[in-house]
Formats: sequence, C-alpha cells, structure tokens
Amino acid sequence: MSGLAVELVGLTKTFGGAKGDEVNVAAVRGVDLGIQAGEFFTLLGPSGCGKTTTLRLIAGFETPTAGEVLIEGRPMSQVPAHRRPVNMVFQNYALFPHLTVAENVAFGPRVRGMARAERDRRVQEALELVRLPDVGRRKPAQLSGGQQQRVALARALINEPAVLLLDEPLGALDLKLRKRMQVELKHLQQEVGITFVYVTHDQEEALAMSDRIAVMNDGMVLQVGTPVEVYERPATRFVADFIGETNFLPAQVALREGDGLWLTLEGGRLLARQPAEALQQGQAVTLALRPEKIDLAPSNAGGLGGVVQEVVYIGTDTRFVVRLASGAQVVARLQNIGERGLGEFGVGDAVTLLCAPADVHVLNN
Amino acid sequence: MQRQRWPSLGALYYALLALFMYLPIVVLVVFAFNDSPLMVFPLKGFTLQWFRALGQATEMLKALRNSLLLGITSSLVATLLGTMAAIATMRYRFALKGLFLAVASMPLVIPYVVLGVALLILFSTVGVPLSLFTVGVGHVIISVPYVMLIVAARLAGFPASLEEAAQDLGASYWLTLWRVVLPIAAPAIMSAFLTSFTTSFDEFAVSFFLTGTDTTLPVYVYSQLRFPNRLPIVVTLSAIVMVCSVALLLLAEWLRTRGEPATRRVKQ
Repeated sequence: MSGLAVELVGLTKTFGGAKGDEVNVAAVRGVDLGIQAGEFFTLLGPSGCGKTTTLRLIAGFETPTAGEVLIEGRPMSQVPAHRRPVNMVFQNYALFPHLTVAENVAFGPRVRGMARAERDRRVQEALELVRLPDVGRRKPAQLSGGQQQRVALARALINEPAVLLLDEPLGALDLKLRKRMQVELKHLQQEVGITFVYVTHDQEEALAMSDRIAVMNDGMVLQVGTPVEVYERPATRFVADFIGETNFLPAQVALREGDGLWLTLEGGRLLARQPAEALQQGQAVTLALRPEKIDLAPSNAGGLGGVVQEVVYIGTDTRFVVRLASGAQVVARLQNIGERGLGEFGVGDAVTLLCAPADVHVLNN
Repeated sequence: MQRQRWPSLGALYYALLALFMYLPIVVLVVFAFNDSPLMVFPLKGFTLQWFRALGQATEMLKALRNSLLLGITSSLVATLLGTMAAIATMRYRFALKGLFLAVASMPLVIPYVVLGVALLILFSTVGVPLSLFTVGVGHVIISVPYVMLIVAARLAGFPASLEEAAQDLGASYWLTLWRVVLPIAAPAIMSAFLTSFTTSFDEFAVSFFLTGTDTTLPVYVYSQLRFPNRLPIVVTLSAIVMVCSVALLLLAEWLRTRGEPATRRVKQ
C-alpha cells in the first residue's frame, strides 16, 4: 500500500440524513479507489455524479457516512481539514479578496509559522513557478480569470502537499485559455511531481491530461483506466456514451471463427475481435461503434448495408448519418483527405459500413 | 411621454417631501443661533450665547456623557452578540434555526414602549434596581437584530469556500475567523456598531422606563421641556447632536458599502 497517495475504501456519503428528513441523497456510494503517488488522476462524470463530493471527502470538508479515506497510508477519519497533507484549488479560486496576491500565497506558510524571510523567498518561487512573478502586490480582483487561477495554484503548491486536489479549475475560463492551461497544468504536475486529483465533467480535458481516469456516475465508479483504456475499451454503455460519441446497435452472437466473433444485425453482419468474457451463441448484445472508426464503401461490398440519410461537413471531417435496414441510424465520420470525405457519397446512396474487428466493441447486455 | 409632459409635478412633489422632512431640522439649527429665549418668528438676531450657556449646563452635560457612555458600551455588547449570531445563522445548520432567527429579530417589531414596560416589570420582579445598567440591557436587546442583519448580509455576500480555503491551507477554525471572516466582515461590523450607537443614543421610550437617578440625554431633554427659559440650550445641544448623528450615519453607510465591488468581482 506504500505506493498509494490516496486510498478510498468503501467511501459513502449520504446527504440530508438529519433526523426528520425524508429524503436521503446518496452522493457517493461505496467508492473504492487507489491513487498512485505522482499520478495525474481524474474523476470524470456528469454533474451530480459525486465527483466533487469525493474530492471534498478527501480534503476533509465532508465527513463520510461510511468508509475511509487514507492519505499516504494514514486513515483520515480523525484528521480535520486543516491538518491534512492535501491542498485544494477551488472552482471559483476562493482567493482572499482582502489580501494581496503575495499575502494569499503566503497564507499557508504563515499559519504554519514559517519565518518571514523564508516565507518571502518561497512566495516569490511559487509565483515564478506559475509564471506570475510581478503581481505580488496586486489584489486578486485586479487580475484576469486565468491569472487568478494561477495564483490559486501557487497558493496551494507552496505548501508542498502530498496531494493536490483540483475542483474543475478551468471551468470558468474561455476555450482557448482552457486549452493552454490544460497543457500548462500537465507540465506543472510533471515538474513538481505532486499527485494531482482532478475533477472535471469535460471528457476531452480528462483524456488530454490524465494518467488515469475514474469515470463516475450516480455516486459510483464505473471504470478506472488510462485514457486509452476508457476510450477504446469502455466497460459499460454509460462510459462509452459519456466519453466521445458512440453508435449503439443491438446484435446477436452468431458464431465463433478463430479469435473472432460474428455478430448478426438486421441488415447484415459484422466481425468483432473475441471479447474477454465468454458469450453464448444466440446471446443478445450491444455493439458500440465509434463514428471515426467506421468506413463507408459502395453497396456491393457486402457486410452491413444502409442508405445515406444526411451529410454534414464539419471542417476536418464529414459526418454521414446512415440508416440501416432495421431503421437504426449510424453516424460515421470520414476525414476530409483527398478524394475521401466530402462528396464521396451523397444523400440516398446505398453504402456498406466497414469496421475493423478490433474496433467493434461488444457490450454485454 | 408622461414624464415629458409633467416635469414640474414630480419636482413639486419632491420639493414638498424634502420640505416636510427637513424643515423642522433647519428650524432647530436656525433657533440655536437666535438671540431670544422665545421660539418664535421673526428672528431677533445672531448670537452664540446659547453655545456659551451650554458649558454651564452641568446637569445636561452629565446626561450627554451618560448617553455617550451608554451608547458605546451597549453597542460594543450588541455588536459582539449580533456578530456571533450572524456567523451562526449564516455558516451553520442547526436545529430550530428558523425559530432562533425569528426570536433574535423580534425586537425589530416589538414597540419600544412595550419592551420598556416589559423590562421594567421584569427588573422590579427580580429586584434589579433601575440604573444606567438596566437601560443598557434594553439598548442591547434593541440593537442586536440590527447588528445581526447588517453582518449577515455581508457574510452572505462572500462564498463559504473562502473559509474552506483558509482551513485547507492549515488554519484552524479560530484562525480562519480571525484572518479571513472578521477582516472581510470588518466594514459591516463597524457599520453595525455605529448604527446601534445612534439607535441607543436617541432612544427614548425604553430609557424613560428603565432609567434610575442617572438619566440619558433624550430623557433629560424631555424633562426640561417644562422650563421655557432652558429651551434654547436644549435646542442648541439638539442641533449639535443632530449634526453629529448624520455624520455618524453617513460614515456607517460608507463603511457598509466600501469594498463590496471588489469582492463581487472576485466571486464571478
């Protein structure tokens, strides 16, 4: 257990449990997680999925209804927020409006009783780390959103926490700045080597920054894995749907062929790579197909056939909506390269959907 | 269109309103400088004799001193209690919070006469002799709800995450209160103190019922109305007090609104 920065064991939080309250809302239900030291770990999920509550339980702002938070192997149930070796970057930054930027950053060292000279030196270092060396004398209100964000980071990092908790820190920034801060945050994390636990509802952000992602919904962790794992091999339909765009098609297991598996659909059949779990012949399953992994060919190619219903040009790609014989619609994306993409197929054309066996993902119903 | 057609009506209304509200005060100030013991027009001439006479009116100056002392002491106590109540109601969930708030705000709607009589009965039943202390208790009761509402409004204006941030950075509850909550709420607390001071300073009904041998300025002034020749001195002091009160209230209002735009910007 020594390599774990944070460990959550059966962590549960129920709100509204006070006497007389009829409604108990379970925000977090039995979450088990191990976060490695030095890892950039993301809690990803839609709003209300319990990710922020999980973060606040780690910080000590909420008390678990059941279960335990361990930080560096130490149980935290008796440790109040101000004694935990973690620091948080808040969604609204929570900079102290009555203090200057330098005083904000110095807050942690000051309450811990660090000597003045040492403190001043560290504050300057922290501000240089976030590339804001010259704003120390200003008030937070005089800074832009992005600058406030960096000050909040400096104020947390100066304490050299075992774990840095970040609650949707880029949520308030505009798209361009957000993209830039994503890269910067990732570099910063690699530079300081501190474990980051990052909460976001933005799947692109999670994929771009994380070493590992825990996808949450309804208070539970559905899947933990690297960005490649959760995108390429989603464990549940929810994960496949939440991260990226996915076509879901009902199908039946037809027959095994080597390490492949034939699946029949209304309107044709597809070959998938044999999934890990055993599937019975005739079993009903759901196929998850990423639009960018589907290729289109003229209708005489065999396989899964359909008719083009809609063509939308979106710059890098062209989006085709293909209607299958069953009436189901499948979205396919072709990159606009040379002869491919735009203009290759028109509305009303009969086409065949092609998908490499490794890209046909079979979900157990 | 309507506004264009009747510009004078609004202006007339406003002028009458202003006259109605401020004429008595203007008259008061004018008579403080009038060279006659009679409060009648036409004015006799300019004099400063009433201001000089004020220096010899020891009884009245004693009442003034009592009122100042009482105002400062009762406001300090009320500010302390009201601020604590505001923090409790704005930052904590507890049983019967609604009832607590209602009870704490009650003095706002209870007529001061009723409050004065009630306290008088209470003190005489328990056997507490009437004095400036009993008046002070009454004034604290009157002022607490004002303080609570003013400070609570300020606390509602900044997010609780600031306090969480302080604790996250290693500050205990008390240190958070000292370094974050109180500095941010300070202008409101000062404003609440000044508001309760002016409330205590010109309060009459409760003071009238609860006062002992040492009396407060409003009660003393009332008792002097029987002696017409002392009226000009009373008027003169009233004029001075009036000017000071307005200055204090303006200061309180300035403190209350100061710094608010800055916090608002940080919030969003």
